[in-house]
Amino acid sequence: MTALARRVPWTLVVFLVAMFVPWVGSRYDTFLATQIAISALFAMSLNLLLGTTGLVSFGHVAYFGIGAYVCGILMKTYAMPFSIALPAAALGAALGSLVFGFFCVRLTRIYFAMLTLAFSQIIWAICFKWNEVTGGDQGLPDVPYPDLEWMTSIPLLGDFNIADQFYVLTLMVVMLSLAAMKRIIGSPFGRMLTTIRENPERASAIGVDVRRYELAAFVAAGGFAGIAGALFGIFNRGVFADYVYWPKSAEVMIMTILGGIGHFWGPVVGAATLVLLNQETTSYTEYWSFVLGAILLVLLFTFPGGIVGGLTAGVAWIRRKRQGAANA
Amino acid sequence: MDDVSFVFTQFLGGFTTAMFLFLIASGLSLVFGVMRVLNFAHGSFYMLGAYLAWQAVQWLGPILESFWLAALAAAMGVALLGGLVERLLLRHMYGREELYQLLLTYALVLILGDAAKALWGTQQLSVSRPALLDGGIEMFGAVLPLYNLFIMLMGCAIAVAGWLVLTRSSAGRMVRAAALDREMLGALGANVGALYTGMFVASSFLAGLSGALVTPIEGIVPGMDVEIIVEAFIVVVIGGLGSFWGTFWGSVIYGQVLSFGILILPSFSLFSVFALMAVILIVRPWGLFGRPLR
Repeated sequence: MTALARRVPWTLVVFLVAMFVPWVGSRYDTFLATQIAISALFAMSLNLLLGTTGLVSFGHVAYFGIGAYVCGILMKTYAMPFSIALPAAALGAALGSLVFGFFCVRLTRIYFAMLTLAFSQIIWAICFKWNEVTGGDQGLPDVPYPDLEWMTSIPLLGDFNIADQFYVLTLMVVMLSLAAMKRIIGSPFGRMLTTIRENPERASAIGVDVRRYELAAFVAAGGFAGIAGALFGIFNRGVFADYVYWPKSAEVMIMTILGGIGHFWGPVVGAATLVLLNQETTSYTEYWSFVLGAILLVLLFTFPGGIVGGLTAGVAWIRRKRQGAANA
Repeated sequence: MDDVSFVFTQFLGGFTTAMFLFLIASGLSLVFGVMRVLNFAHGSFYMLGAYLAWQAVQWLGPILESFWLAALAAAMGVALLGGLVERLLLRHMYGREELYQLLLTYALVLILGDAAKALWGTQQLSVSRPALLDGGIEMFGAVLPLYNLFIMLMGCAIAVAGWLVLTRSSAGRMVRAAALDREMLGALGANVGALYTGMFVASSFLAGLSGALVTPIEGIVPGMDVEIIVEAFIVVVIGGLGSFWGTFWGSVIYGQVLSFGILILPSFSLFSVFALMAVILIVRPWGLFGRPLR
């Protein structure tokens, strides 16, 4: 990337472009864009573990679920405003990941993956069976939209319907979260996470408390997943135990890998690709899982770096070719 | 006296569950122990075994006791599929990170799950109990269906047979050697590639067989694959990933916890088994009977 490209505040650019969707597109486009934004945040939070720290969590959906349930219960059962429910969801998810993460980071590799899976299934079992609070297998339908009256007083946004307004809100929350994650990854703390990914032994040899750094990453990732979950519960007009069932963890992992775990924007690309592809596919066939599995196979065998990884490799290849031609 | 028979019924129920799970989980555990691959698709093989058995029963229909033939055919069909999967796909992933291995087997879960839906629909299917094992016997005031007794014996028989093969046969020695040091075994001239294929085929056979054998007791439904695989994970984690006897005792413990957990905390028996899995991973990640990984 050139120096100029690096100076562009990409998060802001993406935000401004995405803001146009309700004006240019149909109601349905806004619906899809909301889904993409939320999925992107979820995938991005997973990548904080997967790509940045090198931790394979197979239970990330637990924190998404905690966020969704905390926000849903506060807004529906206790009629709390969104401005309280969202931070509470993030905090709840972060707290959950602090408790679970404390044990998980003590394990390595396959055991780490198994323990994250076990914890997420514990959360699922609780959500599925605790009828009084979570609604059990009936879930928590009819989570209300937040009160977005204030948006009507903003010029340009005045004539938006509630779905459009919620999209704007989602976009703001997601972009702020993304900006925060970018700061985290770029900070000395984030650099240390990458060092740990590359070589945990060496990191600990130079005096880094690897577990503490991993736990911090785990908590941050959980908190952001909680925000995504809270938004999704409102977007989907309800929170259900299905959200927390383990195949969902695999789904978000596929999203992240498809975009590319080696690049900051990879998960966003993956989320957009999968949501749109799902949209296209389901209008032709009911066998979306089959298509997803096939995509995953192709991905694993041909470009494990994901879409963004493949593109960067392609660009580098073309550049080398050109340079070779110029030198000759 | 009622209490005794009640407890005994619960115990037998738990033990039947346990032996079923052992049939399924033993293959999963063997593959992990030797190949270090955690095979998510193992549950899908189990599901395919069930569907294939149903299909074979439909075809064989009029033949008396066609169930046994169907079960065998289903297990062999799944074993064949397992062999193809290992040769064509999994083989290329051995050097790669766990993440990619996990995702490869997960891709198979997605594909096979939908393939089964496309072939057999989403309706629940069922197979009737083989006439030979219809009925039950009374033990300590509890009635035990003959078929359940058969499953218990089958589980124990597979455990003993597996143990004998692993410890006494030359193939078993190779398997144990491959689990300890794959490169050294290869350097000594053993065909590790063929050994891996064989392992995977055997593991798929067990998965297919257990899927076929479950059909007289439980309905065949889409989603049974992802449900069973986490149960199998719990079992192998309790016993120790890769440990054969560990898987056996893990199944026994799981079955009893589930069976008696329902009595103590009816709505949280699901919770209790996952909690057990988490506690074991925290306290002894390599399980009750396993060895720490190098």
